[in-house]
Amino acid sequence: MSAEKMLSVKDLHVYYGQIHAIKGIDFEVEQNEIVTLIGANGAGKTTILHTISGLIPAKEGEIKFCGNNLTAMAAHNVTKLGLSHVPEGRHVFSEMTVLENLEMGAYTRKDRSKISEDLDFIFTRLPRLKERRKQNAGTLSGGEQQMLAIGRAYMAKPKMMLLDEPTMGLSPLLVGEIFEIIKLVNQMGVTILLVEQNAKLALEISNRAYVLETGRMVMNGLSKDLLNDERVKDAYLGG
Amino acid sequence: MDIFILQLINGLSLGSIYALVALGYSMVYGIVKLINFAHGDIIMVSCFTMYTAMEIAGLPLLVSIPLTLILTAVLGIIIEKLAYDRLISKGVERISLLITAIGVSIFLQSTFQLIFKADSLRYQAFLPSKTISLFGIEPSLKSVVTIIVSLVLMLALTLFVKLTKVGKAMRAASEDASAAKLMGINTSNVVAFTFAIGSLLAAVAGILYFESYPRIEPYMGGMLGLKAFVAAVIGGIGSIPGAMAGGLILGVAEAMTVSIGLSSYSDAVVFGILIIMLVLKPSGLFGKNIREKV
Ligand SMILES: Nc1ncnc2c1ncn2[C@@H]1O[C@H](COP(=O)(O)OP(=O)(O)OP(=O)(O)O)[C@@H](O)[C@H]1O
Ligand SMILES: [Mg+2]
Repeated sequence: MSAEKMLSVKDLHVYYGQIHAIKGIDFEVEQNEIVTLIGANGAGKTTILHTISGLIPAKEGEIKFCGNNLTAMAAHNVTKLGLSHVPEGRHVFSEMTVLENLEMGAYTRKDRSKISEDLDFIFTRLPRLKERRKQNAGTLSGGEQQMLAIGRAYMAKPKMMLLDEPTMGLSPLLVGEIFEIIKLVNQMGVTILLVEQNAKLALEISNRAYVLETGRMVMNGLSKDLLNDERVKDAYLGG
Repeated sequence: MDIFILQLINGLSLGSIYALVALGYSMVYGIVKLINFAHGDIIMVSCFTMYTAMEIAGLPLLVSIPLTLILTAVLGIIIEKLAYDRLISKGVERISLLITAIGVSIFLQSTFQLIFKADSLRYQAFLPSKTISLFGIEPSLKSVVTIIVSLVLMLALTLFVKLTKVGKAMRAASEDASAAKLMGINTSNVVAFTFAIGSLLAAVAGILYFESYPRIEPYMGGMLGLKAFVAAVIGGIGSIPGAMAGGLILGVAEAMTVSIGLSSYSDAVVFGILIIMLVLKPSGLFGKNIREKV
C-alpha cells in the first residue's frame, strides 16, 4: 500500500453557533484504503464529512486532500478536486430522472466519451437503474435511491468517496448489496471513507477504523483488531 | 362570440405579460426561497432604459431593444451579487432576504425618481395601433405580437431548463442546493444566472406592456409586479409551468371581468382568485410542498 496520505485532518474544530460539535480531531486516510468512522447518534460523523466537503466551515484546524488545502474551500471546488460525497439521507434529485441525476454527478467533467463509458459501467453493474433511467428518482425505492446516490458520486470519477450511512433504513438483503457496491467502487481505485451505524459490517469491509464519541476520536486501529476489542464490542457491536 | 374570442385574446395577451414577470418571481423563489420584491421595479428600469435609448439617445428600435434586454439582465446579476449573494451563502434567515429585497425596491424607485423626476413620461409605442384580420376576428396587432413573443420565450425557457446543462443545474440547485454543490455546481453562479433570466423576461414584459400603456414613472412596477406575484402564487411559486398558467389565468379573468362591464372590479377578481386558491390549495396549481408557506 502506498504511504501517501490521501486525506489528512488535523486538530479540526467545528461549531454550530455556540455548540462545539467537533472538538479537535485528527485522522488520515491513505490511498486505496477503506476507512470507517463509527460512532453513536449525534457523535459528529456527519459534521466531519460536511466539513471535509466544504458544506460547513471549520473553526480551527486543517484538512488536506491530495496536497490541496480544503479548509476554506467552497464545496463545488472540493468536488472538482476529486472528492465525492454521498450524503446522509441520499439526497437524490427526486424530480429529475435517474439519468439526469447521473449526469449531474458528472457535472464538472468535460471528457464526454469517458462519461458515457462510466455511465455504461454503472448501468451494467446496477441494471435496476438502467431499467428506470427515464423515471424520476423520487419514484425509486430506498435501496435504489441509495444505489443512485452512489452511482451519481461515482460519475464524478472521484479519487475518494465519502459515504454517510449508506445503509440507513434498508433491509438486510439490500444492506449486503450496498456493501458489495462499496467494495466494487473501492476496487475501481476509489479511496473510501465510510460512516456507518452498522459497525459490524463496516469493520468487516474496512482496513482501518476510527471511533468517534461526542466530537472526539476515542480509538482507532485496524478494523480486524477493533472487531475483537471488548470496548468496541460492548458499545457498538451489541455486546 | 367574436367579442368573447377578442376578449380572450386580450386576456391572453395581458396574461402572458403577467406570466413572463411571474416566471422571475417563481424561478428565484425556487432556488433561494426569496420573494424578490424588487422584481416589479426591474420592469420599471427596463422601461426607463428603453425610454432613454429611444427618446433621449435617439437610438433605432433594433438597437434599443437588445440594449435594454442586456442591461436589464446585467442589472439583475449586479443586484444579486451586491445585495443577496453574501446573505445567501451565509444562510441567513429568509426574513432578512425579504427585507433586503424591499430595500432594493425602494432604492431602485428612489434612484429613478431622482433621475427622471416623479412625473410620468410619455413613451412612444413602436407597434402601430391597428388590428389585424385573423379567422374573421380582428384582434389588435399588439395583443397578437405580445402573445406570440411570450409563448416563444416560455417555450424556449422550458426547453432550456429541461435540456441544457445549465438548465439542469438550475433544477438541481432549486431542488436541493447542498446536493447540487456536492455535484460541483457553483450554486452562487446559478442563482445569479437565474436573476439574469428573470430580469430579462421582466424586461420583455415591460417593453410589451408599455406598448399598450405608454406612460412610465418610477413607481409603475408596483401593481404589475404585485399581480405577477399573485400569478406565481396561484400557479405554485417555484414552478415554471405554474407561473405560466397562473399568469394566463389571471390575465384572462381580468379581461373577462372587463368585458362583462365590471372593469372597476378587475383587481378584486385577481385577488379574489388568489384567496380562493389559498383556501383550496395553498401550494398553488403546480405546487407540491403544501407545508411551504408563501
Ligand atoms: N445544523 C445543526 N445545528 C445545531 N446543531 C447541530 C446541527 N447539526 C448537528 N448538530 C449537532 O451536532 C452534533 C453532531 O451531529 P452530527 O449530525 O454530525 O452527528 P452524527 O454522528 O452524524 O449523528 P447520526 O448518527 O444521527 O447521523 C449533534 O449533537 C447534533 O445535535
Ligand atoms: Mg449523521
